[in-house]
Amino acid sequence: MQQTPTVPEARAFAVRSRTDLGEPILSVRGLKTHFVMDEGTVRAVDGVSFDVHPGEVVGIVGESGCGKSVALKSVLRLIQKPGRIVAGEIMYRRPGRNGARPELELDLATLPPLGRRIRQIRGGDIALIPQEPMASFSPLHTIGDQIVEAIRLHDPMSVADARKLAIAKLREVGMPSPEQRFRAYSWQLSGGLRQRAIIAMALSCNPAILVADEPTTAIDVTTQAQVLQLLRVLQQEHGSAIVFITHDLGVIAQLADHVVVMYLGRVMEQGPVRSIFHTPRHPYTRALLQSVPSVHSEARVQLPTIAGGIPHPLYRPPGCPFHPRCPDAMPGTCDVRVPAMVDDGSGQPVACFLHHDVAEADDGA
Amino acid sequence: MIAPPPAKGDAGSAVYVAPAWKMTWWRFRRHKLALVCLWVVGFITLIALMPEFFATQDPFATSARRAYIPPQTLQLTHEGRLTWPFVYGVEGQRDPRTLRMEWVADQETRYPLQLFVRGFPYRLFGLIPTDRHLLGFADTPPGATPNLLGTDRLGRDQWSRLMYGTRISLSIGLVAVAISTVLGILLGGISGYYGGLTDNLIQRLIELLQALPPIPIWLALSAALPRTWPVTWVYFAITVILALLGWTRLAREVRGRFLSLREEDFVVAARLVGASQGRIIFSHMVPSFTSHIIAAVTLAIPLMILNETFLSFLGLGLRPPAISWGVLLQEAQNLQSVVNAPWLLIPGLFVIVTVLTLNILGDGLRDAADPYSS
Amino acid sequence: MAPETTPLPAARPIARSADATGVDESRAPLLEVRNLRKHFPIKGGFLQRTVGLVKAVDDVSFKVFDGEILSLVGESGCGKTTTARCVIRAIDPTSGEVLFRRADGDVVDVAKLRDKQLRPIWRDMQMIFQDPFGSLNPRKNLLDIIGEPMFVQGVRSRQKRMDRVAELLNLVGLRPEYMHRYPHAFSGGQRQRIVIARALTLEPRLVIADEAVSALDVSVQAQILNLLLDLQRRLELSYLFVAHDLSIVKHISHRVAVMYVGKVVELARTDALFTRPKHPYTSALLAAVPVPDPDQRAALQGLPGEVANPAAPPPGCYFHPRCPFAVEVCKHEPPPLREVEPDHFVACHRAEELTLDGIGELESALRPRPDVPGATPEAPPPAPPDVPTPPSREVPS
Repeated sequence: MQQTPTVPEARAFAVRSRTDLGEPILSVRGLKTHFVMDEGTVRAVDGVSFDVHPGEVVGIVGESGCGKSVALKSVLRLIQKPGRIVAGEIMYRRPGRNGARPELELDLATLPPLGRRIRQIRGGDIALIPQEPMASFSPLHTIGDQIVEAIRLHDPMSVADARKLAIAKLREVGMPSPEQRFRAYSWQLSGGLRQRAIIAMALSCNPAILVADEPTTAIDVTTQAQVLQLLRVLQQEHGSAIVFITHDLGVIAQLADHVVVMYLGRVMEQGPVRSIFHTPRHPYTRALLQSVPSVHSEARVQLPTIAGGIPHPLYRPPGCPFHPRCPDAMPGTCDVRVPAMVDDGSGQPVACFLHHDVAEADDGA
Repeated sequence: MIAPPPAKGDAGSAVYVAPAWKMTWWRFRRHKLALVCLWVVGFITLIALMPEFFATQDPFATSARRAYIPPQTLQLTHEGRLTWPFVYGVEGQRDPRTLRMEWVADQETRYPLQLFVRGFPYRLFGLIPTDRHLLGFADTPPGATPNLLGTDRLGRDQWSRLMYGTRISLSIGLVAVAISTVLGILLGGISGYYGGLTDNLIQRLIELLQALPPIPIWLALSAALPRTWPVTWVYFAITVILALLGWTRLAREVRGRFLSLREEDFVVAARLVGASQGRIIFSHMVPSFTSHIIAAVTLAIPLMILNETFLSFLGLGLRPPAISWGVLLQEAQNLQSVVNAPWLLIPGLFVIVTVLTLNILGDGLRDAADPYSS
Repeated sequence: MAPETTPLPAARPIARSADATGVDESRAPLLEVRNLRKHFPIKGGFLQRTVGLVKAVDDVSFKVFDGEILSLVGESGCGKTTTARCVIRAIDPTSGEVLFRRADGDVVDVAKLRDKQLRPIWRDMQMIFQDPFGSLNPRKNLLDIIGEPMFVQGVRSRQKRMDRVAELLNLVGLRPEYMHRYPHAFSGGQRQRIVIARALTLEPRLVIADEAVSALDVSVQAQILNLLLDLQRRLELSYLFVAHDLSIVKHISHRVAVMYVGKVVELARTDALFTRPKHPYTSALLAAVPVPDPDQRAALQGLPGEVANPAAPPPGCYFHPRCPFAVEVCKHEPPPLREVEPDHFVACHRAEELTLDGIGELESALRPRPDVPGATPEAPPPAPPDVPTPPSREVPS
């Protein structure tokens, strides 16, 4: 009889509470990103607010068309025409050394999208882990060269130093024999190793915030587990904040401290991960949680579902975007006014008239 | 998974029940420049269909005394006032030293433009005898009909010749493309659908044909045509030569479509319900790429037109008395005529406009060809 | 040749055996796959000679009973989709038998049939595809799409087809008026309903669902799962359900076959497989699933190494280079799939001696958890000392 060998880093990964985490390093307020097209305006992100505290893992969850990806791209100022940030601020506070006052406060939404400032922040302060690791490396250059280039772009140092740093980063993300992989091309690596190389590149400039766009969607479940575990360990060791988007509630539950639930370009509800999972306040969050089968739930029973489908982005319903599918919608209220995001002190702000009566000031703007 | 727009009265439902050609048209319509080009191409096609109606004179009628008359352009103002369009008459004076005819506008004689006038008799579409023409001029003395685009070396009216040339040049392009389309779809389809050895053979043939240098081949083949052949035979021979060398690109396109469609789930699904091979090809696969083929064909026509122009310009394609744009440009082959009679280059302008509009139209069609990708 | 166009029975009573799964295994199986193999040649060189073989499906055997949902589960490249497509002859298997019991009781080997002979088989066996956008011809309306199986099987009367299509649309939860619309008028979930309707047109008894809900959004996925389960009960269908999502497999299937590099490594009743897996790979898969409960945060275990290359698999058990329990025999001898417990088949030399974690153990190992945030074994990183109070969450209105 042999027991399962326990994994060396089999430690629990606790949920961090916001009370310990200090002032937010990223505050998104009233962000609106619209795409003006011939057929009409798609309000992909339409009034989104959330905070990222130092060392916190924020998970943005939502189904397709909820604007989570556009919101993330807006923060990095990677929105391309016909898209445009039409309102809101993205306040970034670069933390000072040893927890001193922020040495830099900057509204990223006001920077020219192609300018030098944003390019320094992108990759240096805020690094992106893209969804598709294959497409993120050039097949013509070794991954080592590309990481060295990324390092030297943000931090002038000799090639030899950058090379050392790059190998150290590759070792840190658990790349086996990093000196050899340094000379490998991306297409020579398996999906999991490629994802590790991408993370090493993102970490190479010691970013304050790591932004991950569906980091585990394109990979298999056993590889996904490794990547999630890696992100957790790195996060604990570096203390950088992570903002990631996903549609997978399991990934949210395993990785996030704070959860932002989005639907049709608006935040429905946000709060600590436990509250979101145990005491969801918004009908959408509740329905979303119930509609996922789990390996623990009873088999072959009818799953609770959300009626209908996600509306076409050009034809957003008036009022609360969720009201046509909401079991608790109140006619005359939910289909007329847009609920504002209100925190009643519970730390779990919700945009729903079942909980308060505050409507968005600039309805339909 | 995004739901489509909800029904908004009839407009929404119209989109829901719109078949593919309608979706393609709606998409094409958004490309404004291509839409303009569609009109231009339509107009050129109309000219090609009934050049006699647009011609003002018999394009074959020579008049040695009226050689190299410069264009008698339409005037819209007379003595500073806007009037009905007219042209000035011309008077020929021989230069006493060079002994060349110099044509000067005669401000005294004015020939007002007229529409739907009677002129030389012809058969519309080769069937209906008539003598109506779109344009004409009032009060013209016999033998001195104004020449809108001037005359050539033999005193033939260039406007009328250009109209006739449109028919030949455009139809050679269309017929050659039609033949190569049939060849391309047939061979490309066989190659893509069956694969294996057939595919291998056809692909090698295509590679061989594409490796042949086209210009010497055309030259050789055209030179091999007997000089004694009548004009119509030469016309068909040139068309066939162009088509035989031009089908390869289309065949590759069709093969590629077949290869990718064969793996599409909806084609597999059709097979799994027991649909026959013919049904799968003609009911599922072919409609999926007809619009791509139309776009490819539209883009192939200007190439064929250029090829014909090129061959005829070198004297290896059509030969007088046939009239094509290439034959017309042959008149402007030497420097002397270009200096003395620059209007002989106008057919070149026509070629450029036609090729450009067809290319833009083809681009627009290609963009609209798959209305389901957003 | 005309198929039955009689109205579908609303809810036939399910033939239940004593067994709780509702599957009658005493009868002959509806489908029996024996030693199925599918090898794809690797062509190389100037002359396109075959230089190797990808053994996408390598000696796979399983049975599907009447009214049963059998899932094929595994990671990408494990051959589950290829297996399913070989069963319905969307692709031709290299060798093996696909024994299908027809409605009249005759058993035919689908793998040996010629194209012409397959047509009647396809009335009994249909397929649902993964991509709801690629599996519907955008140039045909619903009447033509859903009615096509009837048309090619010989129903020429348009009225008959319209009646049947209306009935099917009702069955899958779409309005019959939609039959003149084209697929672009529908969302992903609705399209998947259309795909299901088409598969049901000829009243099949076996439906092969190839990742049928993988491409759908969470909220829509639940709707389609419900529909599939409902249809299975009402029409007494059997499903061969191909999926990679273990939660969905657990939810829908009676029995599960786990595949790894073209082979079935474990085949058992769903509950047995999830609670008491006997193959280390199954256990590793289960451990890797992120549990949607923030109170159950365990160290997520991946698997070391990489999936074996199906063109050059390792000798012995294909899983041995990644297996934490591998011993000498695993490196040389390929383990056969054998029945270690009633109805529990495992391809592992050490199946009897290993006790592996299933989801049950995982659950109990993790509970109880302190409910107070911060009281968890690993303390969160300390906050910067000079920020005494957390900022209140201001939310613009």
